[in-house]
Parts: sequence; structure tokens; C-alpha cells
Amino acid sequence: MRLSQIAKALDLEPRCGDLEAEASGGYVSDLMSDVIAHAEAGDLWLTVQIHANIVAVAAMKELSGIVLTGGREPEAETLRKAEAKKITVLASKLPAFELAGRLYQLGLRGRERHAGGI
Amino acid sequence: MDSPRHVGKIRELVYELKVEAVMTRKLITLAPEAPMSGLRSILKSNRISGVPVVSGQTLVGLVSVEDFINWLAQGGRDCPVGERMSREVRTLSPGEPLVHAIGKLEQYGYGRLPVVDGERLVGLVTKGDIIEGLLQEMQVNSREEEELHRYRASHFFEDMIADRLTVNFQYQVRGKTIEQGGEVASDLKRSFKRLGLHPEVVRRAAIATYEAEMNVIIYAREGTVDVSVDPETIHIIVRDQGQGIPDIQQALQPGFSTAPDWVRELGFGAGMGLPNIRSCARSLDITSEPGQGTTLRISIPLEPERVCA
Repeated sequence: MRLSQIAKALDLEPRCGDLEAEASGGYVSDLMSDVIAHAEAGDLWLTVQIHANIVAVAAMKELSGIVLTGGREPEAETLRKAEAKKITVLASKLPAFELAGRLYQLGLRGRERHAGGI
Repeated sequence: MDSPRHVGKIRELVYELKVEAVMTRKLITLAPEAPMSGLRSILKSNRISGVPVVSGQTLVGLVSVEDFINWLAQGGRDCPVGERMSREVRTLSPGEPLVHAIGKLEQYGYGRLPVVDGERLVGLVTKGDIIEGLLQEMQVNSREEEELHRYRASHFFEDMIADRLTVNFQYQVRGKTIEQGGEVASDLKRSFKRLGLHPEVVRRAAIATYEAEMNVIIYAREGTVDVSVDPETIHIIVRDQGQGIPDIQQALQPGFSTAPDWVRELGFGAGMGLPNIRSCARSLDITSEPGQGTTLRISIPLEPERVCA
């Protein structure tokens, strides 16, 4: 599903990057190690973390984008880095649980992962 | 290709592929005025189980084997199909992802779904169409992957002539805040991709390096990452002169962490770093002297099959 489509349907506000990418799945976590280990390329990542390291994590995992939940706004350094690494950052007023539910309704799915494994 | 990868690929494809890519476009249709008595031979000779009913190009209903049987059971008095067809027809639009079609077929137990563009009937999707479409796409995909693989895969090593060949990468971790971490891992990942290493191997090396790099930043402030790649193995050595680890066995326990609260609030220091490294590597060797520093030796085989999960 294209990010532009998702952003339109769920009122996500673009903070940087384009909306051309396709999200092939979703992942919710605020723990970097967890995302590094378990998110998959193409996932749309929902988090409350706003610091610049989320861009490094998203770039390394080749995620389709980051959505900052609960009305959070990215730090300036995060935006600067996201521009440089061409990572799309969106913002949502909704809390992560609510937003994940709506994404699921739209047809986006997570992937069944084995907890703890890699 | 192993089967979990196939399953993952199919999962991706059902989101990527659109209904219009798999639907049947050459349709057999009936007008509402067509006689019910003619339905049997149409279904039989075309080996289909349902026919969309259209008025002009507009879809007005669907008549299926089930409707035919009900008609027979109620006496079989001839009438236009318009009187016996199902009028409430669930439809798909051409641009919807395949996953919607699968969901609807499953949800309503239908054998087929008409595809409409506005009101105009443009195609029909059956479970068979979906399976055929997926298989075709998988074939194209695996051919492309194979070509890519043949083109890139570790040719670097095959093309070099030497009795012993090692490629070295050196990185410094210095003067970085936690927020800025991950750059070494990201640079290494890009380099490994250019070298043509297997994606799974690149993934594992990137995860292990990221975690080690973050540990250096959080606990030692600075350190070095030395990576050497030979035709069999990636060796990653991460050294710092930081506080050291008093009890290595304890540090390897998932969830064990000595990170201060402010680090945890940023989403780090959850005690997953070393366990993550270990599950990505064939071997992880840690030497540490409290107050002197820590050295991690990580090795990852170049053949993904030989990596133990």
C-alpha cells in the first residue's frame, strides 16, 4: 500500500520525505534493538521515539517510513538526518494502538514473528 | 529458495499485485433477458460455475450454479435469468490489492468476484486466477533474483586472484551521541552490499555491528570497529577502553542491562544488544577487563545457510 494512500486515509501529516514508497507491512516498537532485530524491509514503523537514531534504524532496515504517534514531533536533528538518508517521517495525533488498528483495517498486516528469535 | 522465504514473498506479492493483474478479461456474460433454460449448457461448455449478468456494459447481477439448482428445485419453469440472478453482488475494483480479493472470497465463501470500474464490468477473479497470478509473479521474481544474484554474488572474491585474500574495513566510533549512533553499521551495510554479499549475511552483519556500536557509544564513548572479510567469513572486532563488563555471562542474558534510566527512555539499553549480536553470529567472543575496556569478536559465515539462527 502506497504511503500517500495511507497518509490520506488516516490523516498522517508528512514531516519529511516523499510518499511514493509502498508499505508492505507494519511494526510497532519504541525499542531500537527490537526494531533492528524484528522489523522487516518495507515495514511502516510506529514509534514514540523522536530522536535521530530512529532514522539510522529505519535506513538500515530499509523501512518504508516512520510514523511518530501520539502527536509527537521529530527533533530538528532527526529531520536533518531523514532528509539526508531519504527516510519518510510522518506524524499522527493518534496513539500507536489506535493507529495500528486503523492500518490493519486498511489492509496492512504485520508479519508473524517468533518472539526473541532473529 | 527455502519455503519460509517463499511464504514471505507471497505475503508481499498479495499486497503488491493488483486485482487487474490477475483477473480474467475475456468474459462470458449474459443479458438479463437470456433464458434460464440456456444456462446449463453455457456453464457446462465453458466449464464455469457462474456468469455475470450485464445490461449494456453495466453489471446488474450474477447467476451461478446455485441459482440454477434452486430454479430447478422450484420446478424449472423457463424465465429470464434476470429474475433468478443474485442482485446483491460483491465486487472488486481493478486497483485493489490482491489481499482484498482473497479476503472477500474467504469472507463470503464465493467462488468468483466480478471486477467493476465504476459500474462497468471489466473482469472476473476466481481463486484459480489468484493462484495462477501469484505463481507467474513468483516465477518472474525468482528469475530476476537469480539474475541479480548471478550478476553480483560475491564475484568480487571469485574475480580476485590470490593465495589468500582478505578485505579490511576500519571505522572509528568517536564523539557520537546516542542519537547519532548507527553510522558505522549503516556504512558497513552499504559497503557489504556493494561487495555483493548475500542479503541475509548483510542483514546479520548490520544488526551485530549496530548493537556493538551502540554499546560503545553508551558505555565507553569511543572505540574502533575492524572488519575483515575473507571468502568464508566476516570477522568483526569491536574494541573500546570503557568501563568493561564485570560479569560477561550475566551481560549475555536477554533483558539484563546496566543502562541508566535516561538511556532506556530513548529506547536503548533494554538488555537486547549482546543477545541480538549472538543470534546473528556463528560465534561471539567477549573479553573484558573492568576499567580497561571490552573487545568483541564476532564472526559471521559468508554462506547464509551456515548461519545458525
